[in-house]
Amino acid sequence: MAKKKESPQGTEWNYSPSPESTTHVKLEKRYALFINNEWVAPSSKAYFPTLNPANETVISEIAWANDKDVDKAVRAARKAYQEVWSKLSGAERGKYLFRIARMMQEKSRELAVIESMDCGKPIRESRDMDIPLACNHFFYYAGWADKLEYAFPTKNPKPLGVAGQIIPWNFPLLMAAWKIAPALAAGNTVVLKPAETTSLTALKLAEIIKESGLPPGVVNIVTGHGDTGAAIVNHPDIDKIAFTGSTNVGKIIQRSVAGTHKKTTLELGGKSANIIFDDAPIDQAVEGIVNGIFFNQGHVCCAGSRLFVQENVAEEVIRKLKHRMESLYVGDPLDKNTDIGAINSKEQLDTINRYIKIGIEEGAEIHQSQCAIPSQGFFCRPTLFIGVSQSHTIAQEEIFGPVLSIQTFRTVDEVIQKANNTPYGLAAGVWTDKGSRIFNLTTQLKAGVVWANTYNKFDPVSPFGGYKESGFGREGGLHGLGAYLKLS
Amino acid sequence: MEILKTYKIYIGGSFPRTESGRYYPLKSSRGETIANLCLSSRKDVRNAVVAARKAFGTWSEKTAFNRGQILYRIAEILEGRKGQFLEELIKQGIGRKAAEKEVQASIDCLVYYAGWADKYVAVASSVNPVSSNHFNFSTLEPMGVVGIIAPQESSLLGLVSMLIPALCGGNTAIVLASENLPLCAVTFAEVLHASDVPGGVVNLLTGSIHETAPVLAAHMDVNALVSENLGELGKSLSVACVDNLKRYIQYSSGITQGLHEIIELQEVKTTWHPIEKIGGATSSY
Repeated sequence: MAKKKESPQGTEWNYSPSPESTTHVKLEKRYALFINNEWVAPSSKAYFPTLNPANETVISEIAWANDKDVDKAVRAARKAYQEVWSKLSGAERGKYLFRIARMMQEKSRELAVIESMDCGKPIRESRDMDIPLACNHFFYYAGWADKLEYAFPTKNPKPLGVAGQIIPWNFPLLMAAWKIAPALAAGNTVVLKPAETTSLTALKLAEIIKESGLPPGVVNIVTGHGDTGAAIVNHPDIDKIAFTGSTNVGKIIQRSVAGTHKKTTLELGGKSANIIFDDAPIDQAVEGIVNGIFFNQGHVCCAGSRLFVQENVAEEVIRKLKHRMESLYVGDPLDKNTDIGAINSKEQLDTINRYIKIGIEEGAEIHQSQCAIPSQGFFCRPTLFIGVSQSHTIAQEEIFGPVLSIQTFRTVDEVIQKANNTPYGLAAGVWTDKGSRIFNLTTQLKAGVVWANTYNKFDPVSPFGGYKESGFGREGGLHGLGAYLKLS
Repeated sequence: MEILKTYKIYIGGSFPRTESGRYYPLKSSRGETIANLCLSSRKDVRNAVVAARKAFGTWSEKTAFNRGQILYRIAEILEGRKGQFLEELIKQGIGRKAAEKEVQASIDCLVYYAGWADKYVAVASSVNPVSSNHFNFSTLEPMGVVGIIAPQESSLLGLVSMLIPALCGGNTAIVLASENLPLCAVTFAEVLHASDVPGGVVNLLTGSIHETAPVLAAHMDVNALVSENLGELGKSLSVACVDNLKRYIQYSSGITQGLHEIIELQEVKTTWHPIEKIGGATSSY
């Protein structure tokens, strides 16, 4: 069905539907747990449904692992580590990872479709960003497996043992790749728990892992809810915990492991500042703002959710931003026209709407795009708040949705202070034509990733991670290896 | 009745015969002719340099990741053609066990360097903390067109070990194959050709290195030369390299594998950019 939109100039935007084919996609009605390269029914016999957030239908049933299942998985990982994986050369480990990368690439379209169905993100994003980056992450770390001594000369790098890994729902397959690839390259074995609303691509990865011939027990995937994650964190025979998710849960995990031998890395939330100077190329900056907060429905830990615009260009930027928002297409994630897909769950949509209400109550001026949104499923219009100040809740707390808080500033000094005035420190964006200003800001901003004249760019070779309460440790690049090794 | 293979040379993505039309026979230990190889000429060398230079822009501008993928693809194709290489090694007098080890080591060499392509820059570059208000970084760039005189006592592994680090680093190459063990070199060119390696990135000539190496060493559009220790010939090549200060890399202690082999064919570029010093500096966290 063609969708019609009225643009501010009064012309009509007509999009013919461009649905991605799903007929080639292979999905089971029910998935068990993946332990020792076998599909194992959960001890609890419990399963829970995973929904397509665009239409609220059930896609598959997912196993709910309890602490007995987690124990089984950890034992499998430990056995595989001691008897097989730690005895292989780095070159051999690398070859398995190269195989997995190549197989993921062969199945990339199927993985992209499933990701969009299960997560809600637009097919253009899963097809062009998530899945290629995930494949490339495995390919990248494959090459490190036999070269660790170059990354840590004279330090005799050795694996830690068994890693427990818990990942979020915003980039499901990509986060699985970010966790599994470096852990295996460094010689560890893994027990991974995907997020409860997005288990499917991790389970497809399990199929690929089995197909690749990776020795049983090296990677184990246990699905479930928060209690499954807690069972992993608290299991005594885990050497390393890697977690990506909310700051609150990150702190709970860190408290649980305090005083134990377990090493941790945490990649948590953010409230990243996106800063537009008066000499920025304005049209590019507006694209950068849109990309920073509306990409992936704003479900991005490093989303540029606090916009700082220099006063003398604020009116122009905001006007252009509002205009640009009107041409964003919110719709079915599997339609190739879609810019903004579904919010991942009812729970998250409720959270976003709660913050929107608070924003209005605290006195900021709201503006939302006039686009049509589907009547079914979980959707949210792109939203701006103008006239926000540092004391507003929506300037301080992470919303994790397509909601932008806009503040203005006059001087460089002032914006640095304001941008850093947060317990978070994940990312920042700087838009200016002046190179020397970029390097000034990259030096002064307390953020683990600074994007200059761009935003939300990722690459397997580029380290990613936060300062302060956005977590610690880096993923990607040479710096991503250290988390999974002991150095002596 | 077997269709016997014609062994040609590889220039600019094509398999021509030598423009000179000359040949030399490769004899088995029993004195039988195994094959006739092209006796490449000085003009072939010059044509190869032109092709390598032409291909350099495209090759060096590929992403490091893409080059790594292509090197891995060469490994995939070589693995599939294992049998052919074993046959040729055995034909040239190498024992079966040694031949199997050599082919496996060549595949492993390709996988090894495929893994370096998007990493060596991270390990060998630096951000330099200069004392002035400048952002200063040193990074690596490929030297350009590299002449490679493959180890004469090896039909496959020696050539692969010298060529692949050069390619990994974004260089293009002209390879002079072993005179007495040339068969695998030509077949390897076919593998490259089938592996998404653009034409001209690698060019391969068979013949007499005493005739062709000096041309390569003296050529003003070749940036570096790689060989093992060639004794007297090596000395005269060094002198010929001086005219355009070619970097002459000599593997004096046999076949090695590592980061250094890539870095040796890279130039270091250091860039300075001012850092504006305005405000914001406090000791708050």
